[in-house]
Parts: sequence; C-alpha cells; structure tokens
Amino acid sequence: MSAAVRMEPSAPLVRARNLTVRFVSRDATVHAVNGVDLDLAQGEVLCLLGESGSGKSVTLRALMKLLPRQARVGGEIMVAGRDVQAMDERALADFRGGDVAMIFQEPMTALDPVFTIGRQIAEAVQRHEGVSRAAADARALELLELVQIPSAKRRLAAYPHELSGGLRQRAMIAVALACKPRLLLADEPTTALDATVQIQVLLLLRELQERLGMGVIFVTHDLGVAGEIADRVAVMYAGRVVEEAPVVPFMAAPMHPYAQGLLGATVHAGMRGKRLTTIPGAPPSLETEPVTCAFAPRCALAQEDCLAGVPEARAMGEGRMVRCLRPVTK
Amino acid sequence: MTVISQAPDRGGPAQPLLEVKGLVKHFPIRGGLFGRQVAVVRAVDGVDLAIRKGETLGIVGESGCGKSTTARLLMRLIEPDAGTMVFDGETVGGPEETGGVPLRDYRRQVQMVFQDSYASLNPRLTIEETIAFAPKVHGVPAHEARERAHELLAAVGLAPGQFAQRYPHELSGGQRQRINIARALALQPRLVILDEPVSALDKSVEAQVLNLLVDLKEKFGLTYAFISHDLNVVQYISDRVLVMYLGKVAETGPVEEIYERPAHPYSRALLASRPSMDPSQRRTEPPLTGDPPNPVNPPSGCRFRTRCPIAEGVCAEREPPAAHLTAGHEASCHAALPGSGHSLAGRLAA
Repeated sequence: MSAAVRMEPSAPLVRARNLTVRFVSRDATVHAVNGVDLDLAQGEVLCLLGESGSGKSVTLRALMKLLPRQARVGGEIMVAGRDVQAMDERALADFRGGDVAMIFQEPMTALDPVFTIGRQIAEAVQRHEGVSRAAADARALELLELVQIPSAKRRLAAYPHELSGGLRQRAMIAVALACKPRLLLADEPTTALDATVQIQVLLLLRELQERLGMGVIFVTHDLGVAGEIADRVAVMYAGRVVEEAPVVPFMAAPMHPYAQGLLGATVHAGMRGKRLTTIPGAPPSLETEPVTCAFAPRCALAQEDCLAGVPEARAMGEGRMVRCLRPVTK
Repeated sequence: MTVISQAPDRGGPAQPLLEVKGLVKHFPIRGGLFGRQVAVVRAVDGVDLAIRKGETLGIVGESGCGKSTTARLLMRLIEPDAGTMVFDGETVGGPEETGGVPLRDYRRQVQMVFQDSYASLNPRLTIEETIAFAPKVHGVPAHEARERAHELLAAVGLAPGQFAQRYPHELSGGQRQRINIARALALQPRLVILDEPVSALDKSVEAQVLNLLVDLKEKFGLTYAFISHDLNVVQYISDRVLVMYLGKVAETGPVEEIYERPAHPYSRALLASRPSMDPSQRRTEPPLTGDPPNPVNPPSGCRFRTRCPIAEGVCAEREPPAAHLTAGHEASCHAALPGSGHSLAGRLAA
C-alpha cells in the first residue's frame, strides 16, 4: 500500500531529471521529450504550457508510466518518494489511483460507459482502501458532493451518457480524487468545455487542490487557464522546458522569446484593430533530436551562437529559469 | 481571361448583404420500434440577423446554442424549416422572375470555411486541383483555373511552386486552413462564412490566420460571418456581434457595446467567464452555475431563465421580445424592456 511509504515533508512530491521519451517505430523515431527536469512541491500547482507536439502531455503520462510500449523512457522519475521507472505492474496498480491520479480532456472516453458513476467511484475506493461495499458507496456520495454535483444521491445511479459535459467532468474528477491522491495530473481537463462551464471547473479544481493539499501538474495550451490556476508555469518547446517561472512575474514579462511570442499571439481584450504578433514558421519535426536551440530558426533575436548547442538552463532570480542565450529582460 | 469575377453590388450600400428573418431548424429524434419521431432538437428556433456589406458579424455562444446550424443554414447546406433569406435584396432560392436568386448563384457568392481543416479537403486531390475545382465546375478553362489557384496560394501566403502539387496530408494544420481559405475565395465570393476557422489551431498559428483573414477581407472586398466560441477572437475580428443561447438570439450589437455594456444577463456571464490573464486578479465565484439546458426540451418563456440571476415570474410566462437599447443594440430580456412586468424593467439598459 502506498501509505507504507512516508516521506519527509521537505522532499519534493515530483522530481524528474533528464527525462527523455522517444517513440520508436520501423519508419521513424520521434524525439518527443528531450531532457526535462521538473520539481513539484507538495500542494503546489504547476502548469505545463505549450503548443501541440511540444511534449507536454507525453511528459505528464511518463510521470504515471502510462506511455505505450514502443515509447523509450529515459532519465529519473521520482513521485512521492518512489522510483516510477522501477515499478512493476503490481506496484503501478497501487500507485495509480492511490498516490497519483489523472484527469483527461474527454471524460466520455475516460469513464466506463457501462457502469454507473457511483459504481466507478466506489470501485476505486474498494480497490485501494479495501473497505466494504457499503462504506465505498457512502464515500462515493461524499465525493459527488465534494465536486458539487447537484442532487448527488440521484446521480450516483446515472451512467456517463446521462450527464452533461460539465457534470461528466466533475464525475471524472470525483473518480480521480476517490483515494485522496497526493498528486493530480490534469491533461487539458477544461479545453473541451464551454466558457461558462470551464470557469466553474477551474474554480472547483483550485478549491479542491487547496482543501486537499494536493500537488497538481496541469497541462494546457491556454495562457488564460494557466493564469487562473497556476502557482508556477513551465513552458515547453520541442520537448524541452524553455522557461520556468512563478505565474505572476511570468504573465507580466515572459523572458524566453518563444514564451513572449506566445503571449503576444494570444488574442485578448484590447487588441482590436492592432496587428497580432505572430511567430513565423513552425516547430521542428523532432525526427532527430534538436542539438541546438530548437526555437532559433523562428527567433528574431537568434544569432550564430544559438546554433552552437542546446542553451543551458540559466537561473534568472525570483525562482525563474530560462534556456536562452538572449533572454528578454526589461 | 474568363476568370470569374465578383458579382456586382445590386442593392446599394444601405441594403444588408444578407438578411435573415425567422430562421428555424428543428432536427427530429427518431426512436422506438418503427423509428417514429419521439422528440425534436430545436437547434435554431427563430433567428433574425442581418449582415451588412463589408462588415464582420461575429456569432458567439456555447455548444448546442445553434451557431453551427445557423452557419449551415446561411450556406444552405441544410434546408431551413421556416424563415426567409434575402441576399442583396433578392430572395434566396426564390424564382428568378419574382426577383429571386437561384441557389447555384447564391452558393457561388457565399462560401464557407470549416473548423476541421483536414476533413474538409479531399485527400486525393492536390492543393492546386482542390482550389481549381470549383472554378472549373463553373466553366473556367482548366489552365486559367490553375493560374488562378496559384494566385490564390500566393495570396494566402503559401509559395505556389512549393505547395501546388502537394496533398493535404503533407501540410500542417495552419497550412491546411490557408488552403481552405484559398478554396473559399476561388469563386470570388462576396460573403464568407467562417465556422470556427481558428479553433483547432495553436495560438501562434491562430494569430497568423487571423491576420491573413483581416488582409484578405480588405484585398478582396469581402464580408464575413465569423462563428466562434472564443470571445477574445470574436472581439478582435468583429464589427458587430450576435450572442446566441439555445437556438435564439440573446443580444446583438456593435462589438464595443456588447463587450463594454452587455445588457443581456447571459452576455454578461459569458464575458465574465473569460480567464482574466492576470493571476493577481483571479475570479473567486463562477458567473453562472450549471450547464446550458438541453435544446430538446428548452425552458418555457425566456430560455436563459433557469440559469439567470435576475429571473422572475414573467420570464417563465412569456418569451422576451428584442428590446432596442441604442442604435443597432438589441437584447432579448424582460429586464431590458420597459413595461414588461419585470421589476427591473427598462433599467438594465444601462
């Protein structure tokens, strides 16, 4: 059982060092993640921010060893004091859903369509805590109330297709929280939701995170979502973290030219009539591992030395890090 | 050259390019043993709108509000159950003798761009063939259609020499959406209906495509109907905005009016639901609770009343008519309508 492993309070909840993920097939190798270092403290919310293909979701799945067999995962991954890479299937079965849980973008594919919501939550509780069916059912009701599903008692008997999108997302959160995980991994959980429902789910996640003291890694492509929920932000590009910073200074002034371009390209109020700044070109294909700054071909500030090697992570003060030879500082 | 040119303006500048009244589309739900009709989805339930010449009308709303069905109705990809459509003074689909415009001519002047850039391209045609297809159908000689395709590729920022012979699967999402835009322009349309054209794109690519749409509108003298769930994008690109809720128009008006002085409680909530982009000013309370109701069985009276913070008895009894606030700004809310019986009647029009 996971409870057997006790950690000192100061130890980080997640520690990843030089994480690499390659997808190898007969035709090609894709270098999806190319050396990611991550730290997450207990009770902290980190947003992994990036565009499609940046490696953010792959990084998240690697933390839970959820990647398919053809993925070659390298580096060190410690979650809640345990070495994820070394776990066998039995250890993983305890670990997933116990210490760490994941929520996804599409609840309809994450929930089982042939079991009621109540049964799916109770099953997780019974599996991990070994309690009776009645106790597990009672806990399921508590959880539905926790995620603020109206008339929770009645919804226990509902099947996923009977719920609206927002309620389904809440039900999936309830399943994930069933065994009080210390780490919640969230893969774009609000992207498919409507605006008025997205803000409800974001506020709910923030409230639950504070109340339960969970660590959360939240993958998103939406800067606005990061602004609402993150304590810290890590921006990914071509499989590397190119900038990491507390959310307030980051949103005020990103330092990496890519992060700056991303903020400039995000349409928000007050931009009407102005020309949007864009990032020319497209991200690299990742069929070969980038051995230089991967953003240099699209970067307005790039010079020859940017192509001499992968820029080292530079500490910039205030807990900020940037992988760039010419970070933008005001 | 016999290249198709843009149809001339007929009704003059004051005549809206497209005027729609009482548009209705209900989809039957069939079930039971003999596939009887058991219910209807009231996807679009009496929509009035006007698109003025040279403007961009933004249509916003949440999923299920009928905005995509409206787009398909405007394009006449599906037949409306009721309602009239007048294109530059001529009834769409009406007989020519009585001043109608036949559907074939209408569809040449109105083109559409869809959200899914891959599904809307034929995977077996090269880019050049895709763009030249419609002009050829409309009688343009093959070599001229090809030339035109190359011009359009250049206009959407793709080098013809590099892209003309490629197939859709060889392109990125942003490039494919540029091809869809080029194809939509191949017949020199006057109105382009853009149904979530940037929603599937990454932010940096989204900005490129939005800039392109602004440029093309100017260059080719286009009018846009821009449908999106993204309020920030709609604010950026639109001149006027129409807010839809459950198959009805909740509010319509100039973009500054809607964003600075929204009158309908739904528009207010929708705007307040946007993430703030400022982590030091985070929201603490969601502006609305619950999800939008099912359009199969919408609430009586005002459809927003089940989630509305200021709903009263009158809202359940009567459907609110559009209340005129300022020039061109209308909201369908009892609280905005003087003498409606709502305790705030007329005072909401701040």
